[in-house]
Amino acid sequence: MAVMRKASLATRINQKLASKSFWRGVTAVIGFFGLWQVSSMGALPFMSAIPTPVEVAQAFWKLLFEPKYWAGWRDSGQRVFFGFAAAQILGIPLGLGTGWKRNFNHLTFPVFELLRPIPPLAWVPVSILFWPTNELSIAFITFIGAFFTIVVNVLGGVGSIKKELVYSAISFGASPSQVFWRVVLPATIPSIATGMMVGIGITWNVVIAAEMIAGNTGLGRLTWEAYLAGYTPGIIVGMISIGLAGYVSSGLVKWVSELLMPWKRIF
Amino acid sequence: MNGNGDACKVASAQIEVQNVTRVYRIPGQAPVFALKDCSLTVEPGKLTVLVGPSGCGKTTLASILAGYDTPDSGRAIINGQPIKGPGPDRMMVFQETALWPWMTVMKNTIFGPTMSGRLARSEAEKRAIGLLNKVGLQECKGTYPARLSGGMQRRAELCRALVNDPAVMILDEAFRGLDVMTRELMQEYLVKLYEDTGMTMLFITTEIEEALFLADRILVMTNLPGSVKKCVEVDLPRPRDFHVLASQRYLEIKAEVMEALYEEGAKTFGKLNMLDFPGACAPAATQG
Repeated sequence: MAVMRKASLATRINQKLASKSFWRGVTAVIGFFGLWQVSSMGALPFMSAIPTPVEVAQAFWKLLFEPKYWAGWRDSGQRVFFGFAAAQILGIPLGLGTGWKRNFNHLTFPVFELLRPIPPLAWVPVSILFWPTNELSIAFITFIGAFFTIVVNVLGGVGSIKKELVYSAISFGASPSQVFWRVVLPATIPSIATGMMVGIGITWNVVIAAEMIAGNTGLGRLTWEAYLAGYTPGIIVGMISIGLAGYVSSGLVKWVSELLMPWKRIF
Repeated sequence: MNGNGDACKVASAQIEVQNVTRVYRIPGQAPVFALKDCSLTVEPGKLTVLVGPSGCGKTTLASILAGYDTPDSGRAIINGQPIKGPGPDRMMVFQETALWPWMTVMKNTIFGPTMSGRLARSEAEKRAIGLLNKVGLQECKGTYPARLSGGMQRRAELCRALVNDPAVMILDEAFRGLDVMTRELMQEYLVKLYEDTGMTMLFITTEIEEALFLADRILVMTNLPGSVKKCVEVDLPRPRDFHVLASQRYLEIKAEVMEALYEEGAKTFGKLNMLDFPGACAPAATQG
């Protein structure tokens, strides 16, 4: 009997090429760019301000050789990374504590709920006044974006732990700290992963806006500068780059959360 | 004497519940008496099955015996000592699987003995392997629970409890949600386990057939407020094969339990008719 094996690359490509859904997808993408090209070339009057895909591709190619472009990736990436990491480092323990310890909850939850509805961008002015450098204020706003999300998710995760999971650990003689580390924390990991996934999206949202308002560098700033200079292909390239950056970081977060949850990989 | 929870009481009781009352008070609502003046005895080395309509306080009683809940009045006693909290002498198997999904079967099983420091890890693993072998899970020790079937999860759960050498096993509708075949297999596993160990067991169920297959003695509970209404000795021989299950005595015991249980069931439906479906009674009222 033949052993089931993962199909070879060639077989998989052949299967792809044979499937109707694949070709529909290809048609849709080509159609999108085709329509864009035609309408920017003058078919639709209100699209005339938008550069054609060909112009964008040319601008992209040129930018790839400019150090300033890569410095933008680096700076935005750093801000996202530090803001996001700080949000996890502070937010996960805060969420666990608030969710698991009643007394701690009484102390922290009211203040948390008071601050949570304030949108991250509303923190921009006070952040610029408070932090000594622009870099710190942007990272702080990024932090705010991810912080409330992760705390809310961890809090929900702790709240929805099946009580049987905790009860049985107590019956087996586990101490309160063993219950926390061996049961409560791992039971919350899926919620932490969800919080991180949502949080990374928000961080990119926030960092781009903050850079446009308060930054001198970064992908958001590059996009804004292209706008100020009236260089429309640059705007589109900036947008695409930001999308790519978000896509890559979501992928990284997903990879990390899968590492954290080996039991979720069913096969 | 029937109609009294202590009807079958003998001297060497292992678990005793004396006049336990447990009330759930929700502000703005009438208090709910989950248990009222409930008394029963689970004898050592016997398989006692508690049967009652759903929502009659069976799980509340199990929680009190396991030590997760405390009675508002009355006492729960194990071997002469009042139950003060959870402990490895009483193992509970829950309605839904309570295996920790992030631990492999082996890690789940050795959690109890290693956390409490009763056994060294290697010793605990040796015992766990012995138990897993017995229930046919030796191949699954490195597997996460989500990859096991419902029946395998239940068997792993039994192992996880047994490795602690409990004095009493409390199984709260432990086989609910399993398909019929798996369920029957699990019942046979449990009886075998019981016969091998002679452990005191309290099995909670809503199903009469399950109770009759397993029990040395059946306690029938009343509807809310819950208490033990009737005690039926199941003097059927084991193994309870189809000959036994078709015998006259089986039918007699079944009839006795059913009668007690359906009286309680009828009470629930009577209440439901009046409270939840007032419209159902309306035509009769207008005609009258």
